[in-house]
Amino acid sequence: MAQKTYAGKTVDVNEEGYFTNPSQWTKEIAAEIAKEEGIVLTDQHYAIIEFLRNRHNSGEALSIRSINHSGVIDVKTFYQLFPGAPLKKATKIAGIPKPASCI
Amino acid sequence: MKNLVIIGGGTAGTAMANKLIKYLPSDKWKIIIIEKAKEHFYQPGFLFLPFGYYTRDQITKPAKIFFPKGADVINCEVDRIYADKNLISLKDGNSIAYDVLLIATGTRISPEDTPGLKGELWQKSVFDFYTIEGAEALARFFKTWEGGNLVINIADNPIKCPVAPLEFTFYADEFFTRKGIREKVKITYVTPMSGAFTKPKASKFLGSLLEKKNINIVTDFFLGEVDNTNKKILDFGGREVPFDCLVTIPLHSGDPVISKSGLGDEFGFVKANKNTLQSVSYQNIFVIGDASNLPASKAGSVAHFQADILHKNILSFINNEPLKASFDGHSNCYIETGYGKGILIDFNYETEPLPGLFPLPVLGPFSLLKESRINHYGKLLFKWIYWNILLKGRWLPIPSKMSMKGKITD
Repeated sequence: MAQKTYAGKTVDVNEEGYFTNPSQWTKEIAAEIAKEEGIVLTDQHYAIIEFLRNRHNSGEALSIRSINHSGVIDVKTFYQLFPGAPLKKATKIAGIPKPASCI
Repeated sequence: MKNLVIIGGGTAGTAMANKLIKYLPSDKWKIIIIEKAKEHFYQPGFLFLPFGYYTRDQITKPAKIFFPKGADVINCEVDRIYADKNLISLKDGNSIAYDVLLIATGTRISPEDTPGLKGELWQKSVFDFYTIEGAEALARFFKTWEGGNLVINIADNPIKCPVAPLEFTFYADEFFTRKGIREKVKITYVTPMSGAFTKPKASKFLGSLLEKKNINIVTDFFLGEVDNTNKKILDFGGREVPFDCLVTIPLHSGDPVISKSGLGDEFGFVKANKNTLQSVSYQNIFVIGDASNLPASKAGSVAHFQADILHKNILSFINNEPLKASFDGHSNCYIETGYGKGILIDFNYETEPLPGLFPLPVLGPFSLLKESRINHYGKLLFKWIYWNILLKGRWLPIPSKMSMKGKITD
């Protein structure tokens, strides 16, 4: 188990940098992880991060498709906010596990 | 008399009906199956159709011959479930009251949810093989196709039988090689996942198999639209993959009745407890098979393992006892890899597919995460098992709980 320090706090992460304990997350930490990914967080970013965290907490699976149903933003905007691999980046910044699509 | 109503007479619903009829006293309980379709397809056979290995007749039987004697069968579509009233309205205007409801409505492809997918090229150069019509249209197309860019694309998860797209890809490699035009067919596997498969060990193994067979892979690709004019698929971020023939595994949804009745998640899958298979909203509603939102594979073997535990929970519920039987997410899939070989994977919610032997250590006879001929014969044998054992809810010598016997861990 690895650890990383963000915004002066030490957090537990896995080998890919995803939080193993989502309760250690704060908004300030999110901003620092985002910086590593080259992203400056706006209110829109935080809105979708909150959606992802809530969904994770309620035990529901996350997928790109579910973003369209979030009522927060559509998938195209999601890609603009987190370029490249939005779900992977957004979940990392949101301090929740990388979505493992179930098979 | 009390009514146990099963909506859906597919793999899961039929197997459950056959199981439950043995346990429910016939003087107290009536089993009613609601199923509109008259034909029952051996769905794993859809994979073989495009390559001419099976014909439609070889994978089709009348649905009614598999329903248990003593159950009532209603050939009609459900209009809506009124869960607050324990009532189902049918499209013919009749309604049915239930004491216990079992939802087995499965999943379906919804190509109409992706812009351009069901456009002018649909069933001309864009095909699915998850429906009998799609698989047959593709078979006709392949007969005369002379080659080009063959793209196999999964729009997004969840999909039914998550290994089928890979099997299709391996078969395509063999098919065009035997036809002598493999060098004219560029095969590209385009997936929303970060590798060939979801779980790490299986993904690594299958990824190297793709490479060995000279199949390109494009990962992290979530299908946004299909450009019919320029024959390209685009992801939401604007990445493009050109095709001459697109084999699509479209988005999947639950039965529209589920959403209409307020029982589902945003994709129309019934929200259920992943261990007890009971609806999260209504205690007298249970769900089995592809219709649920469980984080398990949507596959026949899963429905079979679920049936093993679900009949116990339904009996407990009827007797006002706590639901003790627990589904562990067990899944077991043969994966055809072409040239008469196959691999086998066996896993559950917690344990990823591991190498080893199955079901017995040392003796096997099936090898896990390794190509072998006997795995391929296992797959072929499965057709017989499906019609004669699985649908009839009979016992198979594989426990519903996944076992670590024979598996090799790190």
